[in-house]
Amino acid sequence: MSLNAYLILSAILFFIGMIGVLRRKNLLMLFFSTEIMLNAVNVGLAAVSKFHEDLTGQMFAFFIIAIAASEVAIGLGLLILWYKKNGSINLDNLQNMKG
Amino acid sequence: MEKYLYIALFAPLVGSLLAALFATKEKFTFVGVITSFLVAISMFASLKLLYFVYSTEVVVSTKLFSWIEIGNLSIPFGFVVDQVSVVMMVVVTIVSTMVHIHSIGYMEADKSFNRFFSYLSAFVFSMMVLVMSDNFAGLFIGWEGVGLCSWLLIGFWYHKKDQELTSEIKKSPFSTLSPFSSISPSFAANEAFITNRVADLAMLIGMFLIYWNLGSLQYDIVFANIMTLDNSLIIAIAVFLFIGAMGKSAQFPFNQWLANAMEGPTPVSALIHAATMVTAGVYLVIRANEIFVAVPSVGNFIASLGAFVAIGAALMALVATNIKKIIAFSTLSQLGYMFVAAGLGAYWVALFHLATHAFFKSVLFLGAGNVMHALNDEINIKNMGGLYKHMKATAIIMIIASVALAGIFPLSGFFSKDLILEVAFGNGSFIIWAVLFVTAGLTAFYSFRLIMYVFFGKENFKEFNYHPHEAKSFVIAAMSILAILAIVSGWFKPLFIEFTTKVLPELNIHLEYSTIYLLIVLTSLIALFGIFFAIIRFRKKETYFSQAFENRFCYKLLANQFYIPHFIESVINKSYLLLSTIAFRIFDMKIIDFIVDTIGRVIYKSGDKARVTQNGNLSSSLRLMVFGIVSLLVLGIVLAVASQGVY
Repeated sequence: MSLNAYLILSAILFFIGMIGVLRRKNLLMLFFSTEIMLNAVNVGLAAVSKFHEDLTGQMFAFFIIAIAASEVAIGLGLLILWYKKNGSINLDNLQNMKG
Repeated sequence: MEKYLYIALFAPLVGSLLAALFATKEKFTFVGVITSFLVAISMFASLKLLYFVYSTEVVVSTKLFSWIEIGNLSIPFGFVVDQVSVVMMVVVTIVSTMVHIHSIGYMEADKSFNRFFSYLSAFVFSMMVLVMSDNFAGLFIGWEGVGLCSWLLIGFWYHKKDQELTSEIKKSPFSTLSPFSSISPSFAANEAFITNRVADLAMLIGMFLIYWNLGSLQYDIVFANIMTLDNSLIIAIAVFLFIGAMGKSAQFPFNQWLANAMEGPTPVSALIHAATMVTAGVYLVIRANEIFVAVPSVGNFIASLGAFVAIGAALMALVATNIKKIIAFSTLSQLGYMFVAAGLGAYWVALFHLATHAFFKSVLFLGAGNVMHALNDEINIKNMGGLYKHMKATAIIMIIASVALAGIFPLSGFFSKDLILEVAFGNGSFIIWAVLFVTAGLTAFYSFRLIMYVFFGKENFKEFNYHPHEAKSFVIAAMSILAILAIVSGWFKPLFIEFTTKVLPELNIHLEYSTIYLLIVLTSLIALFGIFFAIIRFRKKETYFSQAFENRFCYKLLANQFYIPHFIESVINKSYLLLSTIAFRIFDMKIIDFIVDTIGRVIYKSGDKARVTQNGNLSSSLRLMVFGIVSLLVLGIVLAVASQGVY
């Protein structure tokens, strides 16, 4: 498979994630979409790294996985707290910072 | 000797600052005494310096500190006491001391007594800086200093109400027949200040030209190198410097402020408008004589203008009834004489006339002050009369000063004024000579017209319930010193010539002795004729101009000051006001303000519109974020494609 195929896959995945971020109202679903976007980027980085025989890209992918994991850990904790407090994780109920 | 230089310079400043401490307090006679004393110290130091410079021929110069040092520009705060500046110092300090003493008496009832002395001493200090500086920048500082102090002093009674402009010749502030010198003191002060600023612009341009082309403002360097410049450049420098001098010395067309400045207290008129500030212009021409020598055409112009002003001012003095305006016009006229001498290259003659004139003119003003003081500030000479009986000392002093002004032997005016006429004749400028000759007759006439109206004839002041009284004895004593100097200062002519020609060029006229004597006799005759005509005419009719004559055009022309104030008011001021209104209404309000307001309005409006994005909804925030990223991406792509297209 050529590099372009990987990159196209990465782009498609990224757009799927992005549309999820835009369309979903459920906070949990937003997390999922974000993960999809991050992984889309990872696919791209790993593919480029492989085809250019340069490990930097794969190293970045590892960093991103680590950061995504920690983000999800903290994010889920906050999310549970929020759910306990408000009984909902719908984004439209989450408007405390109106300008 | 530097010690005396500093004492002469700074004693008035100390006095001024000391008086300023009490400026807002009620009258405190001690302030007047101490400032007079400090100015007197300055006078003695100046006299000491005069003696030193005379006996040793050493020029005292000193550098207080370096003032401006930028790149190649170096202007030290330096002072020089040479034969020219020491004469000015002595004249300035003697007159100022006597004026200070006179003011203690004159201002005794004024509630701002202390403030007055603060200003007066500050003026003397500025004048000393002006004359003693060894470079053009220092001279300019003093120049502006006296301008500021004259503004403070002319507008001293700033609370006086404005007079309305009327066309009635006896009431109009524009007329020499009205009891008002100008619309109000603050108007007069502003007028003097603004007129001088206009002229100062030219003076600054002259100084910049000197600096650009010679790289220095120090007198000695400038004068040593001036001949290396182009002739046209020297002409430009001389012309611009002279325009500055015209402003300070109130030469046409900057003459209007001097007569109006008579709104200030009378000692101010004596100090500023007779002896010091208005002669600063003459001093500048004398000081920069090396520049003016190089361009005789400018000199001829200066002389012609001087003669023109001399006769013009003398004519206005003929009909004036405002006692201070008569003397002010006389000052203008004598300044014209000085410029004739300076313009024709007779610089020491100009300086000589400056010195003698300072004494008799200041004492004339002080005498006028005494008269006004005695008659509750009456300034119309037709309301006076017969004061000789009541104020003998003042009358005698004023008569002496008037005789000196008229140029009668052996008083000081004779020596200096005749010399100017000789110079004009010897130079072959017969038209100028003729003009000055006629002016000499007019001078004698209007001086004695004033004397006759004020001191002799019917006692008109009784109608107004005035009770005249002689001024205090210390006032008279101060004036007597000036009066004595007005008599004797001319006798020092040979000494003066020997002294000043060390730095100033010698007189270069060759006239036969018989011609000189003929000139002297002629001039004395016309002066005597003027005096006797004034006296005899008054004895016969008690008046000079008949009712019929007052309706003639020539009388109205003189009474309205040649319609110069009307011209300034209706042509210059009105059109300027119109221009300002247009600039305000259209350029400021419609264009500048509109632009500024629009910027503000756009920011407000866009803020209002952008508020909806801050709805606190994470979902819409994310949408905006994506929109932003996409637009940045698009922009980046477009730019990349565009730059690709360029290469």
